[in-house]
Amino acid sequence: MKRNILSRVDFGALPWGALVATLLCGLFFAGCKKKDSAGNPEEIVIGEFASLTGATASFGQSAHKGVRMAVDEANANGGVLGKKLRLVTEDDQSKAGEAATVVRRMISREKPVAIIGEVASSRSLEAAPICQQNKIPMISPASTNPKVTQTGDYIFRVCFIDPFQGAVLAKFMLQRGWKNAAILTDVKQDYAVGLTDFFKDYFTKNGGFIVSEQSYSSGDKDFKAQLTSIRSTNPEAILVAGYYNEAGLIASQARELDIKVPLLGGDGWDSPSLVEVAGDAMEGNFFSNHFSAEDKSPAVQDFLAKYKSKYLESPDAMSALAYDATMLLFDAMKRAGTTDSAALRDAIASTSGFPAVTGNITLDANRNASKSAVILQIQNGKFRFVETVAP
Amino acid sequence: MDWANLTQQLINGLSLGAIYALIALGYTMVYGVLRFINFAHGDVFMIGAFAGLYVHRWLKPFFQWMPEFFSAFLVLLLSMCICAALGILIEKLAYKPLRQRSRLTVLITAIGVSLLLSYGAQLLFGAAPKGFPQLIKNETHNLPGAVSITTEQIVVLVVTFLLLVSLRFIVQKTRMGLAMRALSNNPTAASLMGVNTDAVISFTFGLGSALAASAGIFFAMLYQAIDPFMGILPGIKAFVAAVLGGVGNIAGAALGGFLIGLVETLVVGYSKNIGIPPGFRDAVAFVILILILMFKPAGILGKSEREKV
Repeated sequence: MKRNILSRVDFGALPWGALVATLLCGLFFAGCKKKDSAGNPEEIVIGEFASLTGATASFGQSAHKGVRMAVDEANANGGVLGKKLRLVTEDDQSKAGEAATVVRRMISREKPVAIIGEVASSRSLEAAPICQQNKIPMISPASTNPKVTQTGDYIFRVCFIDPFQGAVLAKFMLQRGWKNAAILTDVKQDYAVGLTDFFKDYFTKNGGFIVSEQSYSSGDKDFKAQLTSIRSTNPEAILVAGYYNEAGLIASQARELDIKVPLLGGDGWDSPSLVEVAGDAMEGNFFSNHFSAEDKSPAVQDFLAKYKSKYLESPDAMSALAYDATMLLFDAMKRAGTTDSAALRDAIASTSGFPAVTGNITLDANRNASKSAVILQIQNGKFRFVETVAP
Repeated sequence: MDWANLTQQLINGLSLGAIYALIALGYTMVYGVLRFINFAHGDVFMIGAFAGLYVHRWLKPFFQWMPEFFSAFLVLLLSMCICAALGILIEKLAYKPLRQRSRLTVLITAIGVSLLLSYGAQLLFGAAPKGFPQLIKNETHNLPGAVSITTEQIVVLVVTFLLLVSLRFIVQKTRMGLAMRALSNNPTAASLMGVNTDAVISFTFGLGSALAASAGIFFAMLYQAIDPFMGILPGIKAFVAAVLGGVGNIAGAALGGFLIGLVETLVVGYSKNIGIPPGFRDAVAFVILILILMFKPAGILGKSEREKV
């Protein structure tokens, strides 16, 4: 009897243990990236942290492609300051808390001269104090919450900020005669909360009414309770302040509840996944964005052609902004003539009229770019240009 | 009082509750026969949704020749079989060798299995959420009084009801059900009376996992997107549902599931009226858990039993 139990333990545990061991080995080798000598004087290390996996993976993937393209382009042209550039990318898995960890690790291990990241404001806000403390310039491609650059004088961004974006959306709704709006906000994201506040401010001051205010948290799947409440207040349009995953689900559940009014969102909607999840439910909805691939300007068309030949897909705003952020950094390095942190910081801060894909970039005293926004509409699963709104 | 609004919220809550109920049944049945909480159950639910996705992908070429309800049923059935096999496999590999050990050992192993499944799924399927195909054509049906219900919600409610009825039949009217009840009552006496305990335990795991798979498919149908960590929260809420109904009690688990789904939806839907922000929706289940443990630890339908010394 005793032997029986023993043999049972052995046979039961063996394949199980082997499986665990195999998986652990896999994780170990995946974590152990090839490490070049950090202090190589012949190269300049550029850091990047992005959400390559997880809930907002589309942002990180796009941004990374933009950064990679800029670095490859600069290296093909002989590098910057006579040195080759080396890009170090860390994945923060779209998780709160992870951005701070990976940026801290990247700074201590790889000693980057500057860091590009993140798209989501909450995660930029996590990493910004660390970059500020270590006096490493950080350029966020697409974080629109004003608090991001308020962290300190080493933090920059190349996109507009939410007081502007909120006003753009409010103005657009009022122009279309939608005076009664409902709001559905992702309370877990600084970006969404900020956007809602600025939207509300402009909208109510200019004759609009907020008939219902509801909220959710990133990662929620069921929005029918909030939408049912919204439905009973008969809004003419609904602002969905949040990221594309939830926006897609909200759109399809709204249509299931027979809510027919248009949904509006900010740049957090910009991802091919938006229509993948929601399908037809997304048709006719609007969102504000940084650029439109339908823009006929040579800068955009040139970028489009280069991007398509490299990645065989169309760029979105995140890749364009990340490309711009990286190119702006290289431009500043050239103007500074050095990668010394204080000189590089000053050079980035004095950027003026830099010709970028998403419009000329001039950084103001608060280290923000002042640029125009576009309104896009989802038609036949594509993002169609509606209008440009200047600041 | 806005009755249309309330009715709509009740429909939303019931279809969410149906999913919790199906998961909760697995917790409660395993607890019934083995007296331990299988914390990997929420991840079996997740695997069920992924199984549905891939079964649908593989069989898609054959679907054009069959009616929609039949193909959806086929996806459901195959996913349930896959998860039943997975449940039995988990029991054989992870829990059976530990059956003579203390319950705590098995409990911790269950948490390990849960992590292995969710991170294994992330390795296999990727971390990005995947869209779930529409198994049946989803239409919104307008009921009188500005209330609407979708085809998917109807299907979820009806199939859940059928599954609950057939589960009751299995447990109450079949020999296997009798053996399950005997094992739950007294394992030693059951095995002395010639009940094949190993077979019964395997069967229980298979049955519970199949129900979890159906819940996974329904969840994916209603909420369209699936990811490797989707099982964690519904799993824990269903666990609360099982405790609420009286863990070990099958009718109680179903009741608890529906109650948790309803309360959660109503709290979010009427958050303005009762002053609880919707962000607390996940906290609702746990507040209920604390209250139950404080005032009626045996659950609504559970019998309080004295710990044998």
